[in-house]
Amino acid sequence: MSEIKKVKNLKEFSTSADRFEGANLLCPGCAHSIIVREVLNATNNDLILSASTGCLEVCTAVYPYTSWDASWIHIGFENGSTAVAGAETMYKALKKKGRLKQPEREPKFVSFAGDGASYDIGFQWISGCMERGHNIMHVVLDNEVYANTGGQRSSSTPIGSSATTSPAGRVSYGEKKNKKDMIAIMAAHQIPYAAQVAPNKWKDMVKKIQHGMAVDGPVFINAISPCTTEWKFDPKDTMHIADLATDSLVFPLYEIIDNHELNITYRPKNVIPVEEYLAAQGRFKHLFKDEYKYLIKEWQERVDEKWAYLNRREEARV
Amino acid sequence: MAFDKMELQKIEVWDGNFAAAQALRQCQIDVVAAYPITPSTPIVEGYAKFLSDNYIEGEFVMVESEHAAMSGCVGAAAAGGRVATATSSQGFALMVEVLYQASGMRLPIVLNVVNRALAAPLNVNGDHSDMYLGRDSGWIQLDAFAPQEAYDLNFIAFKVAEDHDIRLPAMVHQDGFMTSHTAQGVYTLTDDEAYGFVGEYKPMNDMLDFEHPVTHGVQSEEDWHFEHKARQHNDLMTKVFPKIQAAFDAFEKLSGRKYNIVEKYDMNDADVCVVCMGTSVETAREVATEMREKGIKAGVVGLRVIRPFPFFEIAEALKDVKAIAALDRSSPNGAPGMLFNEIAGALFNTDKRALLSGYVYGLGGRDLTKAHLVSLYTELQANVDAGKVTTQLQQFIGVRGPKLAFL
Repeated sequence: MSEIKKVKNLKEFSTSADRFEGANLLCPGCAHSIIVREVLNATNNDLILSASTGCLEVCTAVYPYTSWDASWIHIGFENGSTAVAGAETMYKALKKKGRLKQPEREPKFVSFAGDGASYDIGFQWISGCMERGHNIMHVVLDNEVYANTGGQRSSSTPIGSSATTSPAGRVSYGEKKNKKDMIAIMAAHQIPYAAQVAPNKWKDMVKKIQHGMAVDGPVFINAISPCTTEWKFDPKDTMHIADLATDSLVFPLYEIIDNHELNITYRPKNVIPVEEYLAAQGRFKHLFKDEYKYLIKEWQERVDEKWAYLNRREEARV
Repeated sequence: MAFDKMELQKIEVWDGNFAAAQALRQCQIDVVAAYPITPSTPIVEGYAKFLSDNYIEGEFVMVESEHAAMSGCVGAAAAGGRVATATSSQGFALMVEVLYQASGMRLPIVLNVVNRALAAPLNVNGDHSDMYLGRDSGWIQLDAFAPQEAYDLNFIAFKVAEDHDIRLPAMVHQDGFMTSHTAQGVYTLTDDEAYGFVGEYKPMNDMLDFEHPVTHGVQSEEDWHFEHKARQHNDLMTKVFPKIQAAFDAFEKLSGRKYNIVEKYDMNDADVCVVCMGTSVETAREVATEMREKGIKAGVVGLRVIRPFPFFEIAEALKDVKAIAALDRSSPNGAPGMLFNEIAGALFNTDKRALLSGYVYGLGGRDLTKAHLVSLYTELQANVDAGKVTTQLQQFIGVRGPKLAFL
């Protein structure tokens, strides 16, 4: 059976043998590399990985270099999930036929993709993979924007964020639509495990990744990935921004088991106002003009409402 | 655990789709990822049924689109095993993005393309629009004119594609309905003969070899992209034909059936000939024989291999004829037809350049009749007699309304 890694403390975790090298081209302060390392370091199993076109892909496999010490594939923007699903299908076929080169090893299949590649262009492919029950994990590096192409809005971009295709201007407060609830949609595929994680809560992350790797069937993970470039904060503040996201409950951490059992996995001791989260990022700067302050109030109401909903669901076990 | 073999008659009555499905069964594909589309659906249905009846030990995944089908094939092939699928028309068009990725990543996938028109207007019948759409995608393209060939060429496709010197994906084309749904006698190979011919899959750079992790599908910009593309083109231009020829020779030894890169019919002393693909080749052969009874020395050249384009083989086949008709079953939409252009290219620097004219025919499954071909050969003979092309260079045949001719 699968050998799940024992993770004792942060030092051990952060110094374990890396299958994702520090030699990559991601921006200083980018959360992607932190999340990827946290996912990979959660297991000792062999890994078959994919990345959809996006920041992670273009920054980690520029010929003749690679940052990956595990087998890795990139096909296109929309089909990274199907790429590992295809590999997983081949694994099953060769296992059945007795043709695996190392039959005793049990690989885990993980696809990484941005929110654009998951919520938008790759939505159908991920839905197909979830519905068919492939034994894969899809991890969204959710920076709420098309960062690789320079900051266009995706269906993960939250209301009021200034993106390059929904810029704030003299008569606009930026993005007009609220973020798509991807976890609920994925959980509705009756998959065994869906969870939201954040890089700052690494123990919670490791626990969830290990849970996801232990279950049989498709797993969906949404990881918030603060983007220094598009969210407009100082590269040294990535973890601080992540803390603000989780502690303001803008990005609540929870898991859904079998689309039935919802567990809130992190309850901040001191919940901070949403306003503090927004104020720390340039993409929301314009919301602090007098005429848009009502949007901040609405943000807070939305976050409170969602938190109450999650609590009700946790209690009701439905 | 073990799968069952199937006892086949020496001759089975199969349509092109079932012949292809049987060939896939005999090749023992590890993974098929597929999506249904008329007229290719029965290939994957047939395959799924073989799996359900324990005639196959691999995996079959029915995905949510043709794009996902080819994406799954790419992931499966990169993981390290034998992979195949089938499609047509709109499904093929949806796959196109991934076709380039499959060939650029040098993954030997076999795709059965049951040729069908492209919308709009929507049409389920056979023409070569989808086949033409794939011609720059870096795949090997083999063309079957009949169910027997749809069966045989699948074995050739795996043999060539999976060769470690080649490592390129291959398409096996057959005409929608005319081949795919027309039952004919098909000479079979036994399961052992067939599998023995294609051999066990030999993985290369397989992701599932955990001791040797590999990175597939990298980024390469202006510093390396050109070299990668040039190398792929080089292999298509220089390495594929010798391997196809070797596979044809080995297959002839096994089956007694002889295939050629360019299929010539009555070309030894022909004055006039048509060059075409698919089921039209058989019709043209029949008419050519009849024309000879009328005193016109007619021949036919059929393209067995479309990509790589058999530039020198075509020039050689056409070197002694006086007038040639290039038959394109795809709307060129504002240009001479592809076959017209490529034949012109092959002949341009030769000593004897025959008179060349182009014909567009059969779009959306419109029949190419013997009468069409009789008048076409007659026009070619008139060209020979006049010493010049007496018609316009591009004519539409079999289309209703006033005669359409251009150039």
